[in-house]
Amino acid sequence: MALSDQELKEIAYLARINVKEDSLPSLKKELEDILGLFEELNAAETSEISAMSHPLDLSQPTRQDEVTEENLREELLKNAPSVQSGLFLVPKVIEGEE
Amino acid sequence: MDLHKLYLSEQLEGIKSGKFSSTELTTHYLERISKFDEDLNSFITVTEDQAIAKAKKSDERYKNNTNLPLDGLPIAHKDIFCTKDVLTTCGSKMLSNFEAPYSSTVFEKLDNEGMVMLGKTNMDEFAMGSSNETSYFGPVKNPWNTEYVPGGSSGGSASCVSAELAPVATATDTGGSIRQPASLCGLTGIKPTYGRVSRYGMIAFASSLDQGGVVARSAADAALILEAMCGHDPKDSTSLNLERPDLTTNLNNPIKGMKIGLPKEFFEKEMPSYVEKSIEDAISIYKDLGAEIVEVSLPNINLSLPIYYIIAPAECSANLSRYDGVRYGYRCEDPKDIEDLYMRTREEGFGNEVKRRILIGTYALSAGYYDAYYLKAQKCRQLVANDFKEVFKNIDVLLSPTTPGTSFKAGEKTNDPIAMYLQDIFTIPANLAGLPGLSIPCGENAGLPLGLQLVGNSLEEDKLLQFAHSYQLNTDWHSKMPDIS
Amino acid sequence: MKNYADNWEAVIGLEIHVQLSTKSKLFSGASTNFGALPNTQACNIDLAMPGVLPVLNEEVLRMAIKLGKALNADINSPTSFARKNYFYPDSPKGYQISQMDKPIVESGYLDIDTENGVKRIGVTRAHLEEDAGKSLHDDFDGQSGIDLNRAGTPLLEIVSEPEINTPQEAVAYLKSIHSIIRYLEISDGNMAEGSMRCDANVSVRKKGDTKLGTRTETKNVNSFRFVEKAIQYEIDRQINELESGNQITQETRLYDSQANTTRPMRSKEFANDYRYFPEPDLLPINLEKEFIEEVMATMPEMPTQKKIRFVSEFNLSEYDADLLAADKDLANFFEAVVKVSNSPKLSANWIMGELSAELNNENLSINESKINSNQLGQLILRIEDGTISGKIAKEIFEKLWSSDKEVDEIIQGEGLEQVTDDKEIESMIDEVINNNPEQLEQYRSGKDRLFGFFVGQVMKASQGKANPKQVNDILRKKLEK
Repeated sequence: MALSDQELKEIAYLARINVKEDSLPSLKKELEDILGLFEELNAAETSEISAMSHPLDLSQPTRQDEVTEENLREELLKNAPSVQSGLFLVPKVIEGEE
Repeated sequence: MDLHKLYLSEQLEGIKSGKFSSTELTTHYLERISKFDEDLNSFITVTEDQAIAKAKKSDERYKNNTNLPLDGLPIAHKDIFCTKDVLTTCGSKMLSNFEAPYSSTVFEKLDNEGMVMLGKTNMDEFAMGSSNETSYFGPVKNPWNTEYVPGGSSGGSASCVSAELAPVATATDTGGSIRQPASLCGLTGIKPTYGRVSRYGMIAFASSLDQGGVVARSAADAALILEAMCGHDPKDSTSLNLERPDLTTNLNNPIKGMKIGLPKEFFEKEMPSYVEKSIEDAISIYKDLGAEIVEVSLPNINLSLPIYYIIAPAECSANLSRYDGVRYGYRCEDPKDIEDLYMRTREEGFGNEVKRRILIGTYALSAGYYDAYYLKAQKCRQLVANDFKEVFKNIDVLLSPTTPGTSFKAGEKTNDPIAMYLQDIFTIPANLAGLPGLSIPCGENAGLPLGLQLVGNSLEEDKLLQFAHSYQLNTDWHSKMPDIS
Repeated sequence: MKNYADNWEAVIGLEIHVQLSTKSKLFSGASTNFGALPNTQACNIDLAMPGVLPVLNEEVLRMAIKLGKALNADINSPTSFARKNYFYPDSPKGYQISQMDKPIVESGYLDIDTENGVKRIGVTRAHLEEDAGKSLHDDFDGQSGIDLNRAGTPLLEIVSEPEINTPQEAVAYLKSIHSIIRYLEISDGNMAEGSMRCDANVSVRKKGDTKLGTRTETKNVNSFRFVEKAIQYEIDRQINELESGNQITQETRLYDSQANTTRPMRSKEFANDYRYFPEPDLLPINLEKEFIEEVMATMPEMPTQKKIRFVSEFNLSEYDADLLAADKDLANFFEAVVKVSNSPKLSANWIMGELSAELNNENLSINESKINSNQLGQLILRIEDGTISGKIAKEIFEKLWSSDKEVDEIIQGEGLEQVTDDKEIESMIDEVINNNPEQLEQYRSGKDRLFGFFVGQVMKASQGKANPKQVNDILRKKLEK
């Protein structure tokens, strides 16, 4: 399973993980080795098999529509890297960006 | 008195009868931690002050006759379980400064039983690893031989219990992270049926595979604590709506007449002769105890490794997207814009193994590959689950080695991810099918312990523990502990 | 503007996001109230803290089933959730829990009124998903502030088939959806506050072509008027591009209501790939038949049914029935008025006449009306039973609006009852005739239109209280003598 530099860069961008140019070759090799493992699955006959997303064969439980959470802002914001007036601060988000 | 040599029920009895107090017991362990853990590195955080305060409260409850079921027993928690106002790092730089504003259900359940937390144990970063070498807080050593790894990802929990720095520890298992370190450290480790133990507040790696459990020095100890961890939790939608199971009452029931299945596909693999020998010995002990041994086939079980390495990374790629440097945790210096903030925070905050898995998972889910990888893996997962369903029509438990061998030297597999992944070849299938599995010590080689795995049918933890306990009543592998002094 | 109508045809599909009016969020117990201080209604689940898990709010299932039934759609069971992966600061988990393969509502339709009669618009699907938080851009030294109060608020995204062809049809469809969600009481539908939002997919093609043109998606259209204008702008723009030999780029555009233009959003280095996959923290939901039936039993009468009933039960014109039935509150008000007045036609006239005028004047909704349904019913009842004249009724209406008095209290207190006693009216008429001999002379010599003058004088003498019909009858007799 060969991975192009462009593909690797796209994946890294989708995952928002910066990959330095000089580590691309070794990372590519590692990922290709892992992807190579997956080829074993090709031999399995699965045309009649449904996909299994959960180990439990149950229906989803639900909760009643009630407000159970109180305002814990100070407590919840104490781990934030940058806060002002109760807001999480980040570098300017450009409006109209997709 | 060597308080750390006592099993949990003996410690509980000792406190109850006034032979020693919880404060004495707790202090004893804290002293051992401060004496031995610098070398082992099995704890990320030792909560000394809180532990002593808790132990004192416990002693008061005994005085007032208001004591709780497990009151005063010390425990270590894997640093994947959120504990309010205590550092919860998941072994990552990303959360190296994170104090959870809430506690996991597992912590709360044990806290409500009166257990005393000694600290938070080291682990592979975000539970990804089989040697405990991926932790941001440094590798953990195996108390049997400190040049060797304790296994992972619950390496800190296994190491500290094995070194008797804690009588018992919580752990989690996504592909073998309880059973593999239990095998490598000579402990009893159990992962229950998926949905038995609440995942609320247990930091997610792969949601459909993760399950909390325990590492202990005996099946009886494991049963006592696991029982208290189980039960329905409305905060976890995948928590089974069942009462807490009784895992202790029938522990002594004989296994005579029950059937053990040996998965042919596992025994066909080449294994070191000491592994073969240990397993054969164990089988003959079970025969002597009256169990029937049958060979069974799970035709698709060898697909488990590739299935796992698609599904677990796919789920983790989404589960770990929340670590973006915005609301908590690590943030890179001077981000020039929001994209730079994301890209560098995640580059710098995650270690290599975590990044590898996120990238693999992202790839497996991306347009054009979803059907070939993710969907295919889910279908194959169903095949494996069907295989288990089929064999459990005729047998009670499946028996195999837990790991391909005893522990390996630190650094030996760090540059070969696939060699590392093969550590979990026997343990992964139970996670795919959501079945309970445990590992018990069954032999040794060159001074390093080896484990035997038992996998049970859904919800049959009691039977697994019964098998493990019968074995331990008739052997003494579990009572051998490393000499660390 | 070029006249393109003969050559080009627009193909429009709408994606409408409706915020559901639950008390708590889709997957957490935090409040959904609008306008709280930043991050005071965002709990650890909404903030995507490590280890937290979603638990589904049952009420959203009820709301979605109601909408599905109102749209004549199928309800999927099992229905399941999926993760939609993308990074944005107002999306705390790095993925949105949404629905992909098994949306709760699928394959419905809606009939809308157009210039050319009723048109059926297909509704592809409606699925449940979480709303995002908000980025605030002012006053943080060049940084943005993230408020996650809105994060996790339940949304239903209603996706139409590309079967809408004009901006007017788009608005009719949107208004119809608006009316339905208000009727079902599943959302307040307030577009200004963002509880109903609309994205429009627009493409154009030469008439007769069967192949769809390249489409654009226009976002951020937050009023009925803007939907019409934005789509019209986008249609014109695309036709202009194509007529000038250019291509349409498939892209997302943003509507600028001040300039009345749309402009492309900045796109990133790589295309988006949402990597949908089944949400492993949530199991598929089996909607039991009993549950669906229980929900169905709580379905209110819908606008179309109500309109038909108004015509048959109250003998209203189609036009009146349509206007009254479009808004649930207005329809309820109308029925309450009729209950008291027993006069549907007059009630409809008063509501759509005097009352609507006052409400518009003061920019009030029907629920904020200063005259309640009982008062208006009483007023109409007093006209019908002859106690007051229509003219006096208007005066009383003004008084009701500006005071808290009741109808009969005003009539009695100010002596506004209609004069219906023949003798009393006769004596008033006699007096008027006696006081106006010249006009009497002229009338009798053939100047018929002076009749009106006499009526006016009599009404004036009675301070408007004389029964006009009786005045007419008696006056005519007296003048003919």
